[in-house]
Amino acid sequence: MSIHGVVKRFGDVRAVNGLDLDVPAGLCYGLLGPNGAGKSTTMRILTGQAVADGGTVEVLGHRLPDESKLARARMGVCPQESNLDVDLGVRDVLEVFARLYRVASAERPAAVDRALALAGLEQRANDRAVTLSGGMQRRLLIARALIHGPEIVLLDEPTVGLDPQIRQELWSLIVSLRESGTTVLMSTHYIEEAERLADRVAIMSAGRVVAEGTPAELILAHAGREVVDVHASMAELASLRSRAEADGLPTRHSGPSLTYLHAGDFDGRVPPGSRRSANLEDVFVRLTGDYVE
Amino acid sequence: MSSVRLPVRVGRIEAPALVAVWVREWTVFKYFWRTRTFAAIVEPVITLLAFGFGFGKLVSSIDGIPYIQFVGTGAVATAVLFSAVFSSMFDALYKRRYQRVYDAMLAAPVDVDEIVTGESLFIGVRAGVYGVAPLLVAFLFGLQPEPAMVLVPLIGALTGVGFAALGMWFATTVTTFDGFSYVISGVITPLFLVAGTFFPLNRMPQWLQSLAQLNPLYHCVELVRHCAFGLDPLADLVHVGALCGFAALAWWLAVWRTRVRLVV
Repeated sequence: MSIHGVVKRFGDVRAVNGLDLDVPAGLCYGLLGPNGAGKSTTMRILTGQAVADGGTVEVLGHRLPDESKLARARMGVCPQESNLDVDLGVRDVLEVFARLYRVASAERPAAVDRALALAGLEQRANDRAVTLSGGMQRRLLIARALIHGPEIVLLDEPTVGLDPQIRQELWSLIVSLRESGTTVLMSTHYIEEAERLADRVAIMSAGRVVAEGTPAELILAHAGREVVDVHASMAELASLRSRAEADGLPTRHSGPSLTYLHAGDFDGRVPPGSRRSANLEDVFVRLTGDYVE
Repeated sequence: MSSVRLPVRVGRIEAPALVAVWVREWTVFKYFWRTRTFAAIVEPVITLLAFGFGFGKLVSSIDGIPYIQFVGTGAVATAVLFSAVFSSMFDALYKRRYQRVYDAMLAAPVDVDEIVTGESLFIGVRAGVYGVAPLLVAFLFGLQPEPAMVLVPLIGALTGVGFAALGMWFATTVTTFDGFSYVISGVITPLFLVAGTFFPLNRMPQWLQSLAQLNPLYHCVELVRHCAFGLDPLADLVHVGALCGFAALAWWLAVWRTRVRLVV
């Protein structure tokens, strides 16, 4: 997938604002950003459901939007919000989408059975989708996206709103997808999700990529090896922050504390506090100025 | 893991996509056929009986046709109209705005024109089948079977395709189900009443007769009556042409506006 200089406006709002992104094949690529960063719009552009006002988009060698139909045949999409035919049975949902994705008739029963097994829904195959729990519905959405054995899977906030146990289950599913060689583009605003699953991460803010690399590269470049958390009153934190800015010390605000980034590079100038390894959350907050979930 | 997939072509309406949309509609229909069939058949039959027995006491015949048979043939169009336009407009809004099934379908290699075409054809054909019900009831009241009546489901289907597409277009003009009140009161009810279903239009003012020529339902009513009481080839070709033109225009409107709604 290759996106260059893409702009998408909704009225006066630029949801995507000069986005550049290259997603190599066979990786799990995380699109990390706060709400409103343009992740979902980017996903919609990639599926041809939003047309960019400027820039170029290419998926699997197909130029979008003109050839989006060809690209869609080779992609699977799991949306942020459920769009299941909830009144249908689980097997029916998968059979309908096997047809929509042009799975050959001789292959269809096996494809449906495989998707059911992948989602762990064999025992619920004849139940209506509406009777499934939220986690099961999400697994069905992913199974539906994989029914045709796509080369690329787009997962838009795949675990949003799910409880931790189900989130872990879905992470295992995503890991197995990556191991099978499928390219995964996953948008998320959960730091842990990106850190644990993504081979490479692009951090988005205000419709553009502000940093890109492996999680380790991003951490090293933007937060260093170690950081120091300083806990203090709000007034003291404000004062410390002003002083840090004046001294050229990179910091990020973390609720009741101030975190000094690249602490090892500024030994002796960083106030005493809790020293720890830097993580992707430090990078995310530093670059987007957002609090994290 | 990869499945064998049929080829995809850009820029044309493809049969595999239409079949897939049909299969989806058929699969949904299997779950809801009882309620949908009940509503689609019983309502026009009740209307037929009410008008037939009610007005039938006051008006024995129109142009030599017993009134209940006059209404029975006209009610075919009513059944087609209601089963097509209501089904498509409510379903399309539900699928677009609430269930978001169209988003899911558009993530697959299916385009807006294929969705609109597939759904309109399915709903149209179904309406053509439902439209036969009033005719069957009219048989009980003395309507004589005629060979040309085998064309009635086809006429119903052609009309139904147009009204299904029209319903999909209506669905793009509203954002809530309440919005359909304008469409039902302002468009569908006048179409229903000024189609020659319950009374002959040739006794209406000239301007109303002229206006009725623009009503696709009128052309459906005329065709069905001609199948029952004698074909008029030249006039019937005009009626078929009018229905084809209506279906094409409604389809174009539905595709255009649905695309605007779904592809931003």
